[in-house]
Amino acid sequence: MSSKAVSKLASALQNFGHRLIDQFWRLGSASRLFGYTLASSGESLRRPFLVIREIYFTGVLSLIIILVSAFFVGMVLALQGYNTLQKYGSSEAIGVLVALSLVRELGPVVTALLFAGRAGTAITAEIGLMKATEQLSAMEMMAVSPIARVIAPRFWGGVISMPLLASLFSMVGILGGYLVAVPLIGVDGGAFWSQMQASVDFREDVMNGFIKSCVFGVACTMIALFEGYDAPPTAEGVSRATTRTVVNSSLAVLGLDFVMTSFMIS
Amino acid sequence: MDRTKIDLWVGIFAAIGVAALLGLAMKVGNLTTSNIGETYTVTAGFQNIGGLKPRSPVKSAGVVVGRIDAIQFDSATYEARVTLKLDKRYLFPKDTFANIYTAGLLGEQYIGLEPGGDEDYLQENDKIMQTQDAVVLEKMISQFLYSKATETKE
Amino acid sequence: MTDNIVEIDNLSFGYKGRLLHKGINMSFPRGKIVAIMGGSGSGKTTILRLIGGQLKPVKGEVRVGDKVVHEQGRNDLQKLRRKMGMLFQMGALFTDLSVYENVAFPMREHTSLPETMIRDLVMMKLNAVGLRGARDLMATELSGGMARRVALARAVALDPEIIMYDEPFAGLDPISMGVICNLIRNLNDALGATSLVVTHDVKEAFSFVDYVYFVADGVVAAEGTPAELRESTLPFVHQFVHGEVDGPVPFHYAAPDYRRDMLRGRDV
Repeated sequence: MSSKAVSKLASALQNFGHRLIDQFWRLGSASRLFGYTLASSGESLRRPFLVIREIYFTGVLSLIIILVSAFFVGMVLALQGYNTLQKYGSSEAIGVLVALSLVRELGPVVTALLFAGRAGTAITAEIGLMKATEQLSAMEMMAVSPIARVIAPRFWGGVISMPLLASLFSMVGILGGYLVAVPLIGVDGGAFWSQMQASVDFREDVMNGFIKSCVFGVACTMIALFEGYDAPPTAEGVSRATTRTVVNSSLAVLGLDFVMTSFMIS
Repeated sequence: MDRTKIDLWVGIFAAIGVAALLGLAMKVGNLTTSNIGETYTVTAGFQNIGGLKPRSPVKSAGVVVGRIDAIQFDSATYEARVTLKLDKRYLFPKDTFANIYTAGLLGEQYIGLEPGGDEDYLQENDKIMQTQDAVVLEKMISQFLYSKATETKE
Repeated sequence: MTDNIVEIDNLSFGYKGRLLHKGINMSFPRGKIVAIMGGSGSGKTTILRLIGGQLKPVKGEVRVGDKVVHEQGRNDLQKLRRKMGMLFQMGALFTDLSVYENVAFPMREHTSLPETMIRDLVMMKLNAVGLRGARDLMATELSGGMARRVALARAVALDPEIIMYDEPFAGLDPISMGVICNLIRNLNDALGATSLVVTHDVKEAFSFVDYVYFVADGVVAAEGTPAELRESTLPFVHQFVHGEVDGPVPFHYAAPDYRRDMLRGRDV
């Protein structure tokens, strides 16, 4: 092997090591930010309007995209499910299929992915810009902690919004499925609901879906906040941070979903 | 955006969000139907439980009277030991029959209780002595084929 | 010496081993306006951040009043910061708040004054910078000069003892510059505060400040009143004050010999 190849290999290895260490470092500072956020939550929760405002920006403004997607997802599930179930002559089970897939998986997961794209990016861009235009510094100089005043309310806004959005997603999706299955295809409406009720368990399915969406809420909001807070204060830095928010949130949601599902099923 | 408007929207959002969660609990889930208050536990042994699962329903005369709490393998008797949680409102005689049925041809499996004639009722931690195993389709088919084969020989 | 509200003593600061400041000494007497001048990248803004306690010195110390800034705990530092007001380079107004709410922000965070009193105070501060009429605009709707004035009203909202200005003239038209100059002088005298102005605008700064520090290569290269510095024969100060292109601060970034560089192109 020539010395050129050796040095190339060495530099590649060095690069890899650098990136690895960088990731650990970022994980550490994200955890630190998470800790600070929790520690200063009391301060911001004492002024509920700050949190309510953030629920408005993350929750209410995400409603449209969540509801419309949920409706379509529910309708598609019913169409696809009917096609398959009909072959086995059990098309009444379509309600079960739609409800279980929404409540257990699609509701929390798709909501979290849409949330990352809609609200997460907005949070990252906003915090990144506040940092780039020295608003966070200015706040610090006014003896106001940016974590208590800016980060923590957004965190709680996201954490509160997510489970509500996910519940709405599941409910609207089931309604969409109902519309396709019952009036459109002609499945018996009574069977649709009763079979669903017989097989969807409150604790196993509804509650577990709810817990999932709470965890996703914490993960997505925290990733969005950290990427914004950590972004280099330039236009390029902020735009990269926004991309990273979507990528990291999506990976985190899918990974956490697998981990939580395997715990919940066993 | 002024403050009262934001409050209003967030209020609406929270209300429909909570309503959706309640809807999932009541209308979609079985919080209302599975609302078994006080329960008592009995066990039953089966040679084969087929596709029975924890939380499957226990029915009598078609009415859900309880749920399956746990299923274990008993290494002393080589049987499946199924723990049932029955509603305290419903009492069954000691010689009640426990069968594993299938809802429809391919539906979920459940335990059906057929009351006997005993004067005493099942108590907490009693064991149901008379049970019938799940019907295993392969077994039935092979038995059927075997009997057919012997028929034609004769 | 007791009348210096801020003192910088043998201050060194840098990032990752590269020192930006190498032993700076400055003192800021109460009631005066002092300018910190120097070329771009000479670490002028960093000095303000060190005074505000946002950065920690590598060596030496900054004293505000009789307290060493970097030795203060979290709560004491917050207390110290309430005595300071800072005007950031681009204003750093909160973009999600209106002009009124921006100025009211420090009052809402640090006092529990009733709404009517906050309103009166905000109006007074906005009137002082001449923007009472703009109170309902959003921060994003303001021009650069107006944003700077609103930020100034916000910086003095709690009547600070020390007001720090980070490049208050950058990117402003001549009229706005004049307005800001006047405001700095008037606010300083009306509040009885001490002002620290970081800038590289010689003409503007020399017209109203009391004392000037020149920072170059991480040390205080020269100091004095504007009149003294105008007459200074120090080559660097002369170049800076008169805006000459070449001098001790070279026009060219360090490069190999021009002739050699050009000739090398032919070998490639």
